[in-house]
Amino acid sequence: MEGEKRPNGLHGYWRANKTLIAVLLVIWALVSHVFAIFLARPLYGVHVGHLPMSFWWAQQGSMIVFVILIFVYAIVMDRLDEKYDVHEDRPPRGKRPGGGAK
Amino acid sequence: MTVEVWTYILVGITFAAYLYIGYLNRVRDTGGFYVAGRGVPAIFNGAAVGADWMSAASFISMAGLISFMGYDGTVYLMGWTGGYVLLALLLAPYLRKYGKYTIPDFVGDRYYSTTARIVAAIAAIFVSLTYVAGQMRGVGIVFSRFLNVNITVGVIIGMAIVSFFAVLGGMKGITWTQVAQYTVLIVAYLIPAVAIAWVLTGNPIPQLSFTFSDIVDRLNQIQTDLGFTEYTMPFSAKPMIDVFCITMALMAGTAGLPHILVRFYTVPSVRSARYSAAWALLFIALLYTTAPALAAFARYNLIDSLNGKTIEEVHQLKWVQSWETTGLLGFEDKNGDGKLELSPDPAKSEMKIDRDIIVLSTPEVARLAPWVVGLVAAGGLAAALSTAAGLLLVISSSIAHDIYARLINPEASEARRLLVGRVMIFLAVVVAGIFGIYPPGFVAQVVAFAFGFAAASFFPVILLGIFDSRTNRAGAIWGMVVGLGFTAFYIIGNKYFGMPTFLWGISAEGIGTVGMVLNLVVTFVVSRLTAPPPLEIRKMVEEVRVPRGAGAAVEH
Repeated sequence: MEGEKRPNGLHGYWRANKTLIAVLLVIWALVSHVFAIFLARPLYGVHVGHLPMSFWWAQQGSMIVFVILIFVYAIVMDRLDEKYDVHEDRPPRGKRPGGGAK
Repeated sequence: MTVEVWTYILVGITFAAYLYIGYLNRVRDTGGFYVAGRGVPAIFNGAAVGADWMSAASFISMAGLISFMGYDGTVYLMGWTGGYVLLALLLAPYLRKYGKYTIPDFVGDRYYSTTARIVAAIAAIFVSLTYVAGQMRGVGIVFSRFLNVNITVGVIIGMAIVSFFAVLGGMKGITWTQVAQYTVLIVAYLIPAVAIAWVLTGNPIPQLSFTFSDIVDRLNQIQTDLGFTEYTMPFSAKPMIDVFCITMALMAGTAGLPHILVRFYTVPSVRSARYSAAWALLFIALLYTTAPALAAFARYNLIDSLNGKTIEEVHQLKWVQSWETTGLLGFEDKNGDGKLELSPDPAKSEMKIDRDIIVLSTPEVARLAPWVVGLVAAGGLAAALSTAAGLLLVISSSIAHDIYARLINPEASEARRLLVGRVMIFLAVVVAGIFGIYPPGFVAQVVAFAFGFAAASFFPVILLGIFDSRTNRAGAIWGMVVGLGFTAFYIIGNKYFGMPTFLWGISAEGIGTVGMVLNLVVTFVVSRLTAPPPLEIRKMVEEVRVPRGAGAAVEH
């Protein structure tokens, strides 16, 4: 993070953010639309516990993954905010050794 | 003590708590009134979003609905939770950075257009008003079922409670009562669910006993024996394309509902907007992963305890007696053999059941102590009141802030703006109450469409407003006109004029997905064919994308 100029930094920050969003949304679509809807019949024969797998994705698994996705986004964005020096919570003083901002 | 006494005690205690919290959090400025002074910590905002989100319908009707739809009930489960992923990743943090009071504020500023602001304000009022009518009705119904109070009286009691903390405390009062209401509603939902899981499977955690015990196997077995399709069989209620479209429309609609979006203005920073979305979905998922388990347990229990019994035996069950008197449960020995028979064919089935019974009767069916029944009543009221309060604030702010303070009288003093806000929220309570007492027939249908409209208007416009700096006023307006126009045409044509669902059989409930795609395409194309937005708008978009400086946005 030393040599980065501000405009470039912001550009990189936004691109990193978009990449992260894209990855998480692919998982989001996979566990809901794909596993629970489009593959509902093929996955019906496989089981999670006593439930057909597609049914489990439809009524349990997808929701659990959704929660995890949002927490992952919040946590990774904390790191990106720090890395590109765009975080809040303290005055914009430029460089300061990284670590727990709070 | 009887069920009724317990219900009075628990409802009384919770109502007193809401009033007390509302009194503690009364506000003196518009910042407090509209966005709770932006001082709500992430985890509490999460709980408030949860209460705001989970309405009387989620609490009382959803498990019953799933119980009757089986696999396809997932449209509600995934639709009403998956939207939070869109919200958390694509909208909430940037709206917080932008940091004003309402959603029409954002739309009006980003598209430098008074017309866009007014259209957004009207859409927000329309969506919230249809939605809130159902909540007030829900309050009345809970009162009438549990306390034998007339529905009208129940609605009026609900109105009095809501108007007290909403008028005094605005968003701040609403937020902190919602935190309390979330606690009440989740406890009230989980206790009976845990108990019935324990009774039926020996495993007290509903999600685990649903997945790992053989209860669903047994349910599938009974269903096939009786001639129903398996409970877990996909697409027995709706075709695949429709399940997809409804799920998607509910997801995008959820992300575009103004009363949820404004909650993210109330947190102190962009970072806390992200975390509060995560907490919100965690709190919501606690109920939403329990509901399908409860749905299957209740269905199994119902069929197992009733089918093949003689009508006399059935009438000796205590919970049957108490629910038969409400008219929500009824039996008729159609073939005259003295036995109760259930069948997928409505002409042969000898039981008539209202699906709301699934949640409301669980405590009695599982033979729980009378206080649990009272708790469920308090939980249903908490769910209805908290959602109503959030919606009422949106209606009030759309009129008092977006239309009055921004357009009609921009010179108005702070004190006057606050007064107008309070008056508007009070009027909104009265209108919602009247709808609750005299429910217009279209309300139930319109609530489902609120999602379609939100999916075809707010969601794409805000999304592109943040992620595509080239999107301009002409693009946004045409996108909304085409998206909303198509969705409204399809829904109204299908529901009121018998138009066939000509688009691959997609139902009116799912058409918002197509409306959303149309909106996105039209907005994108028109924006590129017309002049780019002014420089200051593109600067604003750049600003919104970066967290730093969100604290400053408080000073707007």
